[in-house]
Amino acid sequence: MARSLKKGVYVYWKLLKKVEALNHARKKQVIKTWSRASTIVPEFVGHTFAVHNGNKFIPVYITENMVGHRLGEFAPTRTYRGHAGHRKEQKAAAAKKK
Amino acid sequence: MARIVGVDLPKNKRGFVALTYIYGVGRTTAKEILDKAGVDEFKKVNEWTDEEIARIRQVIQDYKVEGQLRSEVQMNIKRLIDIGCYRGLRHRKGLPVRGQRTRTNARTRKGRRKTIAGKKKAVGKK
Repeated sequence: MARSLKKGVYVYWKLLKKVEALNHARKKQVIKTWSRASTIVPEFVGHTFAVHNGNKFIPVYITENMVGHRLGEFAPTRTYRGHAGHRKEQKAAAAKKK
Repeated sequence: MARIVGVDLPKNKRGFVALTYIYGVGRTTAKEILDKAGVDEFKKVNEWTDEEIARIRQVIQDYKVEGQLRSEVQMNIKRLIDIGCYRGLRHRKGLPVRGQRTRTNARTRKGRRKTIAGKKKAVGKK
């Protein structure tokens, strides 16, 4: 079920405060966050977040298209390296990533 | 024979069923369209008069159907892929997007089974 409109979108308030401070100071800085559930709001556009994926922080640069999604959607939590015996495909996939 | 928004021409069917051959028109929309055009929904397509067909064409202008709708869907998918979000990644890989299991099933997205040559079972031993 969708979240009630009355409450508005969920953004971790500390995160929002940080972004607003940066916007105010007209600075750009990578913001480390664990708050994967936070919705991306228009204020975030142009900032880079380091979103925790349970292991590392994944840098996510926010563009306009991302508004309305959650931060966690851009920091995958699972690594799939292919099945055994798929060496060739595995190598091709690795090459693609680079 | 009626040709509406490009390709579709099923006859011998009741109006509201025939219209569902158009991409983006289901039964509800079909009934809505016929209602607005003032055509009885149970009237078969080959009984439609030219005037009625014209009115249906007129009404259907207000709906997003066929090519237009298809391209919209494609654009939405492309957006997801381009921003690199989880749903986009799943589209890219051709796997289910909405969290379904992939251990079994998911054949609609994955296509025909590709058998992976496993270890041959040793006969007599277990």
